[in-house]
Amino acid sequence: MNFPSLRLCAVLLVVGGLSACASGGSKDAIDRSPSPAAERPATRPLQDFSGRDANSLSAAEQARVEMEAALARNIVYFEYDQDTLTSEGASTVRAFADYLLSNPAARVRLEGHADERGTREYNLALAERRSRAVEAALTRAGVTSAQITSLSYGEERPTCAESTESCWSQNRRVEIIRL
Amino acid sequence: MLKQRQTFRSLWVALIFFGVSSAAWAQLEITVSGGQESARPIAVVPFAKPGSIEADVASIIEANLSRTGLFETMSRDSMLERPTDIANFNSSNWRAVRMENVVIGQLKLDPATGNVGARFWLVDTLLNEQLLGFDMPPVPPSQVRYLAHQISDLIFEKLTGIPGAFNTRLAYVAAQGLGFERRFQLIVSDADGYNPRTIATSREPIMSPAWSPDRARLAYVGYERGRSAIYMHELRTGQVKTLVSERGINGSPAWSPDGTKLAVTLSFETNPDIYVIDIATGRRNRLTKHFGIDTEPAWSPDRREIVFTSDRGGNPHIYRVPVSGGEPERLTFQGRQNLRASYSPDGRDLVLINLDSGAYRVATFNLSSKRMNLLTEGRLDESPSFAPNGAVIIYATQRGNSAELGTVSTDGRIKSRLRQTGDVREPAWSPLSP
Repeated sequence: MNFPSLRLCAVLLVVGGLSACASGGSKDAIDRSPSPAAERPATRPLQDFSGRDANSLSAAEQARVEMEAALARNIVYFEYDQDTLTSEGASTVRAFADYLLSNPAARVRLEGHADERGTREYNLALAERRSRAVEAALTRAGVTSAQITSLSYGEERPTCAESTESCWSQNRRVEIIRL
Repeated sequence: MLKQRQTFRSLWVALIFFGVSSAAWAQLEITVSGGQESARPIAVVPFAKPGSIEADVASIIEANLSRTGLFETMSRDSMLERPTDIANFNSSNWRAVRMENVVIGQLKLDPATGNVGARFWLVDTLLNEQLLGFDMPPVPPSQVRYLAHQISDLIFEKLTGIPGAFNTRLAYVAAQGLGFERRFQLIVSDADGYNPRTIATSREPIMSPAWSPDRARLAYVGYERGRSAIYMHELRTGQVKTLVSERGINGSPAWSPDGTKLAVTLSFETNPDIYVIDIATGRRNRLTKHFGIDTEPAWSPDRREIVFTSDRGGNPHIYRVPVSGGEPERLTFQGRQNLRASYSPDGRDLVLINLDSGAYRVATFNLSSKRMNLLTEGRLDESPSFAPNGAVIIYATQRGNSAELGTVSTDGRIKSRLRQTGDVREPAWSPLSP
């Protein structure tokens, strides 16, 4: 079963268009794949975390950089009154599933949020349903529930304060916080 | 000569003083709109008082009465005379200017204690009859506003038959800032917005304040160390106890009418369900078991039933279940959603939030006729509840991008707005004094 790393490949392809997956999708792909630098596309450094050109990084460092880039996107957004993951949300969750699987000591907190429409306590329940949807996706991917805690904030912690759909869509979210 | 049917009575009412006091935000500013065409004219003549007393008791009474929308008060400039004792009162002078009711009175300073007492009369000028005459017990000068509220309660009840709720408190939540800057405060003020006191401050949300029936405690939802919890705050001492802090949601505290139990929402077992917690023993009884969301419980005044919000039928609607347990019965069918119901003091109506055509509005729902009556025109109204005398409903509403409080009479005609800087929401009106 190399389910997790296949998922990682999918994420890496989405995020960086890189070919770390070309090494065959073994479990080791994340940390130890000896993928030669020459096989990689010569362009598009992802994000220069270290001050060096990404092309000069070792494969392990490269993978870490890519994972960090994927984990930087840690917010899963939802449709109005919905708790099902969008495809974009699912890819965000996959990145965290891979991170948690490859770092068994790592833990995350899922913070569920709702937009301001509806009553506060009902929104607390709705936001919890969203963080449970994310939790379910993580555990389906093989993450142990001990690595996950959830907290619902309902509509109490908006990131955007206007009563407009564009603002509401930013507030309907689950934030995945690395602890 | 004025007919005096009632003799002076002394009124001894214990005032509740809160032990907690700290600087709060600006007090609520109240404006009234609507009003009734049939508002009753009333003159509240300035009370006689020694120069050392600053409080203007008559203007506090005047503001209280006009805020209800049921009375139209006479401006002082129009008063041709300002009697302060029943012995000098002439009904025909007030009848001539169509003042059906007149309030007159005096404040007295007790030189030994420095306390302030009051004597007042309410006169019906058409009947030429004294309706009320009271000697109010002296209070410390800092409590003169409460004296004025007690007088307002007596006048209001005499003229409307409804108990006054002027000598009550409001609890509400204020929030300011976004992200890490966000601050939450739990504030208690007088019912007219005066004397705001901050009861709790947090960087984490504060939600759902609920008064104990004896007004001594507030239950509310807070967050600490990555968990939510239901706290009980003793107002006199400032002591805070954690009632429950399970994994998941700890929400919607609702006191039983006898003050011995709290109905709450907990989600630690499976998903949000209604539980009843015995406060003394901590014993829990799970009242609902359903995979849908069950939340926002409220007790019937007779303690037999609990209404709550559930989406077990697809969309959230109001359900009712006996406190002894049983199969919940769906009550609301009108509109797309109905949420956060609570009972009127007489138990005949619910007030709730109704969603229809994209707008969340305050509505009453009559339990026998099943009729829904929309009362507000907001788009994002929430947290409605009856005032303890049942005369008005208080709720939270949006104005621009900020939240403020509003009241609406049960017939929907008289509205008032209570606002201050920052968002204010989740109003909870204290019970009448015990």
